Amino acid sequence: MKKIIKFIKKWLTVVFVVLVVGVVGFAIYAYEPSIELMPAGSQPNFEPEVIERGRLMAAAGNCASCHTAAGGPPYAGNYAMPTDFGTIFSTNITPDRELGIGGWSPAAFLRAMRSGVDREGNHLYPAFPYNHYAKMTEADIVSIYAYIMTQVEPAQVAQKPNQLPFPFNQRYLQAGWKLVSVDLKPYQNDPQQSAVWNRGAYLVEGVTHCGACHTPRNVIGAEQNDKKFAGAAVDGWSAPALTADNESSLPWTATDYSTYLKTGATRLHGVAAGPMAPVVHAGLQKLPDDELQAMGVYLADLSGNGLTEAAANDIIEASLDQNKPRQSYRWDTGERLYATACAACHYNVKQIAEGRPDLGINSAVHLHQPDNLIQVVLDGLDNESGITGVVMPGFRDALNDQEVALIVGYLRATRTDKKPWPELTKKVSEIRDLYP
Amino acid sequence: MIKLKINGRDVSIDAEPDTPLLWAIRDEVGLTGTKFGCGIGMCGACTVHVGGRATRSCITPLSAVDGTEITTIEGLDVTHSHPVQVAWRDLQVPQCGYCQPGQIMQAAALLSDIPNPTDDDIDSVMTGNLCRCMTYPRIRQAVRQAAAAKQEV
Repeated sequence: MKKIIKFIKKWLTVVFVVLVVGVVGFAIYAYEPSIELMPAGSQPNFEPEVIERGRLMAAAGNCASCHTAAGGPPYAGNYAMPTDFGTIFSTNITPDRELGIGGWSPAAFLRAMRSGVDREGNHLYPAFPYNHYAKMTEADIVSIYAYIMTQVEPAQVAQKPNQLPFPFNQRYLQAGWKLVSVDLKPYQNDPQQSAVWNRGAYLVEGVTHCGACHTPRNVIGAEQNDKKFAGAAVDGWSAPALTADNESSLPWTATDYSTYLKTGATRLHGVAAGPMAPVVHAGLQKLPDDELQAMGVYLADLSGNGLTEAAANDIIEASLDQNKPRQSYRWDTGERLYATACAACHYNVKQIAEGRPDLGINSAVHLHQPDNLIQVVLDGLDNESGITGVVMPGFRDALNDQEVALIVGYLRATRTDKKPWPELTKKVSEIRDLYP
Repeated sequence: MIKLKINGRDVSIDAEPDTPLLWAIRDEVGLTGTKFGCGIGMCGACTVHVGGRATRSCITPLSAVDGTEITTIEGLDVTHSHPVQVAWRDLQVPQCGYCQPGQIMQAAALLSDIPNPTDDDIDSVMTGNLCRCMTYPRIRQAVRQAAAAKQEV
């Protein structure tokens, strides 16, 4: 008995030590120091080219879309982002010293963009796609900083508290999420590829963070690297695959992509709508053409570029062909005329009404000769014929020979197993002339 | 002289025998509820009942209807409260309204023959009545509603 207690004690101790070491280790790992506020007025000066570069980078990154609430001051935050874990409100990134990031140093801004940690050392939620911004060069990140600090109006807007339940509201746990979920290494050029391709890849993987929407996320909300750009659901819209799995009938070429990112549409594929609309119209279209072309080259390479021009033309022609009225629509003229001119009276359900011949069994449709049927279609039945009190109008002045022939031929073909009447149009014409 | 009954009233009409029934109803008798549409029996706007049957009056000559009993939209119900008319008002079926007297006469004939029509029955019988305003979904709904109302009576 004592032995067993001793054994349990020993193992409990081991478990406890492991737990303590784990928690302390994680705390050390998760700890990020606060970076001092910069003294007011101590901002470095930036060259105009740097600020202009920052303006373009901020547009490419679409910073304003998520950092601006509807009707709110630009970059002042409080844009609501519903996630599977709760609702997150974006932060005020105007240069306001108290409520924005006016007191942040370039180093603090760089850390936020590359590691997802704010100036005070808090871990940021991955709704902020720092996993992509981490791919950017220091110069590009600092240019955004320069743009925000010099061009954006400071706004005194306090961030709304996030609506996240425990444990998602524990920011230090984000450190664990980062450990298993993201790759924060800067973009490395692929020497096998052209400079343009690498430029495109740098932008797509980095600042424009295409994967944030076009790559599906796993249960803990991280982009699934093995399904990169495989397409995902976003706010009730589909962000289509950017790989060879893209379902478009015509694969996207580099020019298709760059045109789309510039104008919001391609002639052949479609338009930037839903969440993609601001990506183009409030962001990417501000980029210079050569940057958009580089993105096009990289994106087209991702999606395969698989069709020859001839094959593409075949698909386009097949699609155009579908727009033409179908031949069957013409062949069914007899059926359509019957539905319009005849079926309003010649209807029977379950049983056949007196004075309402059902044309499938009416003798006139089954006779060797079509004369009787044509006669009645042309001149109808007055009160002296057939059943007293009920009449049928004639279609002599309403339908031409061919139309009467089509109705008569349609009935013969669909209501009987008899062989078709030959030369019906001629026959209608003869009967019409015989008894004018 | 052609004698017939229109909405229960004996009428004698002195006109050419090949005069369309529609002209006689509108111009001789003065009942203008029945409308002229295509004039070739293809649109249904001129539909009246001859002996209870929905009949296109624009291509039916007077000579054919000598001695028959005809009902127009004005005579469908003395208080204009035929179940079809009630359903039509209830669901605000008409848009421009031009085809509607014909639609109502066709629907009334349909329901007297087929008291509980399926959507297929409605479609096959009502297809010959065209509506440029595309009120078809409401027409179908109103026919169903009128059918239900008639069953309750």
